Amino acid sequence: MGILSAVLFLPLAGALALIVIPRRRPRLLMGAGLLVAAATFVISLPLFFRFDGDVPDYQFVEYAVWMPSLGVGYYLGLDGISLLLVLLTTLLTPLALLSAWHAIEDRAKEFVITMLVLETGMLGVFLSLDLFLFFVFWESMLIPMYFIIGVWGGAHRIYAAVKFVLYTMAGSALMLVAILALYYQHGAATGVFTFDVPMLARWVMEPGLSQNLMFLAFALAFAIKVPLFPFHTWLPDAHVEAPTAGSVILAGVLLKMGTYGFLRFCLPLFPDASIAFGPLVFALAVFGIVYGAWVSTVQTDLKKLVAYSSVSHLGFVMLGLFTLNQQGMVGGVLQMINHGLSTGALFLMVGMIYERRHTRLIADFGGLWAVVPAFSALFLLVSLSSLGLPGLNGFVGEFLILVGAFQVDVLLAVVATSGIIFAAVYMLWMYQQVIFGEVRHEANRRMADLSLREWIVLLPVVLFIVWIGVYPTPFTGKLEATIEALRAQVEIKASVARPAASVTERRTAGP
Amino acid sequence: MIPAPEIALGALLPVLVVLGTAALVLVLDLLPPRDGKQHLGGVALLGIVGALLASLWQWGTEARAFRDMVVLDGYALFFNIIIGYAAALAVLLSMDYLRRNGVESGEYYALVLFSMAGMMLLASAGDLIVVFLAIELMSLPLYVLAGLFKTRLASGEASMKYFLLGAFASSFLLYGIALVYGATGSTSFDRIAAALPAGRALDALFLVGLALLLVGFGFKISSVPFHSWAPDVYQGAPTSVTAFIATGSKAAAFAAMMRLLFVALRSAQPDWSALLWGVAAVTMTVGNVVAIAQSNFKRMLAYSSIAHVGYMLVGVVAGGAPGAGSVLFYLLAYTFTTAGTFGVIALCARAGEEAVDVGDYAGLARRHPLLAATLALFLLSLVGIPPLAGFVGKFYLFGAAVRSGYVWLAVVGVLNSAVAAYYYLRVIVYMYMREPDGSSAPTVYAPSFAGGLALAVSLAGIVLLGLMPAPFVDLAQSAVAPLLR
Repeated sequence: MGILSAVLFLPLAGALALIVIPRRRPRLLMGAGLLVAAATFVISLPLFFRFDGDVPDYQFVEYAVWMPSLGVGYYLGLDGISLLLVLLTTLLTPLALLSAWHAIEDRAKEFVITMLVLETGMLGVFLSLDLFLFFVFWESMLIPMYFIIGVWGGAHRIYAAVKFVLYTMAGSALMLVAILALYYQHGAATGVFTFDVPMLARWVMEPGLSQNLMFLAFALAFAIKVPLFPFHTWLPDAHVEAPTAGSVILAGVLLKMGTYGFLRFCLPLFPDASIAFGPLVFALAVFGIVYGAWVSTVQTDLKKLVAYSSVSHLGFVMLGLFTLNQQGMVGGVLQMINHGLSTGALFLMVGMIYERRHTRLIADFGGLWAVVPAFSALFLLVSLSSLGLPGLNGFVGEFLILVGAFQVDVLLAVVATSGIIFAAVYMLWMYQQVIFGEVRHEANRRMADLSLREWIVLLPVVLFIVWIGVYPTPFTGKLEATIEALRAQVEIKASVARPAASVTERRTAGP
Repeated sequence: MIPAPEIALGALLPVLVVLGTAALVLVLDLLPPRDGKQHLGGVALLGIVGALLASLWQWGTEARAFRDMVVLDGYALFFNIIIGYAAALAVLLSMDYLRRNGVESGEYYALVLFSMAGMMLLASAGDLIVVFLAIELMSLPLYVLAGLFKTRLASGEASMKYFLLGAFASSFLLYGIALVYGATGSTSFDRIAAALPAGRALDALFLVGLALLLVGFGFKISSVPFHSWAPDVYQGAPTSVTAFIATGSKAAAFAAMMRLLFVALRSAQPDWSALLWGVAAVTMTVGNVVAIAQSNFKRMLAYSSIAHVGYMLVGVVAGGAPGAGSVLFYLLAYTFTTAGTFGVIALCARAGEEAVDVGDYAGLARRHPLLAATLALFLLSLVGIPPLAGFVGKFYLFGAAVRSGYVWLAVVGVLNSAVAAYYYLRVIVYMYMREPDGSSAPTVYAPSFAGGLALAVSLAGIVLLGLMPAPFVDLAQSAVAPLLR
């Protein structure tokens, strides 16, 4: 069994093994689940160190025959993009489980099992190189998330959970038809019926209505996941109502699946349509950046503020991805990781406050600096990372994205840059209201500072926030070759199908 | 001395086994004990197993009897397996269920067997007269079985409605058979196919006959607009009978309908596929949309069955080996899932009465986590979540549609699947995320060995079909090969 299969199925195997542990030992269950998730992280580390950053092809590839008559194979592989996302997933899952140590008392067994099953689903999405396998993992992680929100969530959890499932399913329903259409068109054109992604990506599709419709079907499913404006309305509900661990995983990993999908499928499979719809995606991304920031500014609930800030940050990511130049795309992928770390940390810390005071309203806090100095210091660090202070991870990603964006469309890039200012507005205002000033409520005076467990949860994230901010080369180095190869593939396919001006010239010509 | 004619009894062997067992059950019913008829259920099961063995024994051969009126080919054998499994589940579920509801009777098992014989005959029918005969043999016992709860008004209403509407539909079918006979000069599928020239326009008499035939079949498979009997019958009939109607009679009707369409009416494919395109789209949509409004679980499952018929009609429209094969695979997956779902319903009660309201399942996961998880898995298979059977079935069905060029029909299908998630998930919400109101929490009768076996096999079936579907897909493809020769 290859290392990718081991990483992929260890959480699921652990979940199945946990079934035998009796329900009345919640600590044991949490501990066992934590052990499984931590073990998954440990065995995923060699992937980083043994990954060759100069090679653009997929590495650690595994292939097994599954359903040959339907053209489906068990095909796993890792490139620079999925490497970082897999590591993000394996890092955040044990941290999320550890953060839920006291928070989840009721039905802890089901919670841990659901989280581990979810982890396998997420890893499967990032590792699959077969469209059928990808779709199986994509759909299969809906239900665990639905349970996490619906069973262990807040007051309006059922509404949020059902909304999340229906919204995502509607998007992926159309993606299924597009997958089938792609399968049959490829088969009719080349005689080979397969769901193999690299093989499908090598085929040059005729530009036209068919490609555009397939792109739109895939793009809808991913746009809902990202979430790209205007398909974002499920996000605030889901994030706010989910338990802390659920929010961390949702914001940290699940949202990245949408952006990953654009990179892995939309760009290489439908290059002409991607270029044609690029300006639209660009505009929606910029709109999302500004809109998300403005709505965050007026929020009174901490979690909702962070949720809308996610819309804004992922707008930056989408902006970077659709610049189709090296800086923008590397910045986009890096920002995916950065967002996972920063927003994940934000949700973790909001969860810690909530555990102490059982409120998330900004007005209920104030003056926490004197009461919980360690918490406040880390909260400052994480907030600054989120708004993109140079020296921390957010800046690296945003800078690269904006450099890339300026090469494509100056006006939209200027508007996007204003998003950084708005991010500072809501982030600093929130921080000032919560941490600085006088202690407005007596209950806040008795708040306990970070426990050892909470230090252990936050330190890895903080470490990466600083590391990526100061010295991002180890991470961007893994990406460069993959992004270059992807861009080259898109350019070549687009120019083969439509021999005209080069890709970048067509883009700057305007929408 | 008149020489006795050659009768190829081999083609009829499974049906004869079932009929013989039914007669045996009727006779044994006369003997004591007066109450406690579960041993007759055991006899019935033996008969079903015998019929399945007889079917498997015939595998690979093609037997025809009565001048091609009865055809036992791979296609019929595949359906025999589905029908046998549906009947076995109905019997296994009912052994406890009937006793608990006070309607234990030997005739129940005999009627199930008679109906099963009709279903198997329907799958092997090679002639329109045999189709009619088999539909009547299948339906009349079901009309009686629907009214088994003699003291409950809903059950009597279900039986009455089923009978009246069914008789009406059978008369449409008969009229259609007469018109087709008039147009082509024969009722045998092969001879009708020979009488219809490919490419030449079909005359009005034939087209009207075709339409009437589709009305008759449309009723049996509960497609729109002939579906109105289904919700009342599913809701009112005893749950084990509902399981049998939902799985067995639907499978048999699809078997005969597809044989008719693909063999006898092959040259009219452009006509009937255009018609069925509309029927499929409307059936899916009506089934799903109306199911959202239902609060009675059995009624909701009736409308969801109607929606699933719509999905299967997409496969019929798609045609060819993938299209027809996908319908067979979906029927197999659907039988496991539906029988399992109704099996769970048969076990649940609230305040002494059968738990049929969705709200009755609130908080089930707390007290009975294993049963709730089983029901959740069945419902998720109906939604079409991987890696369960329902997902593979839908993938295969919509794949066949896209392959044949019916992309928009596939789009309607997947959007309907997404909509359907709402009402299936609602039950899961009640089970896992809500607490029971008042003092009455749902009680669950421990399933007997028989019931538990039925649920376990159904569960194993949907997981197996979901994870390793390739052998079953190939089996379905080879089963439809006789149709497409």
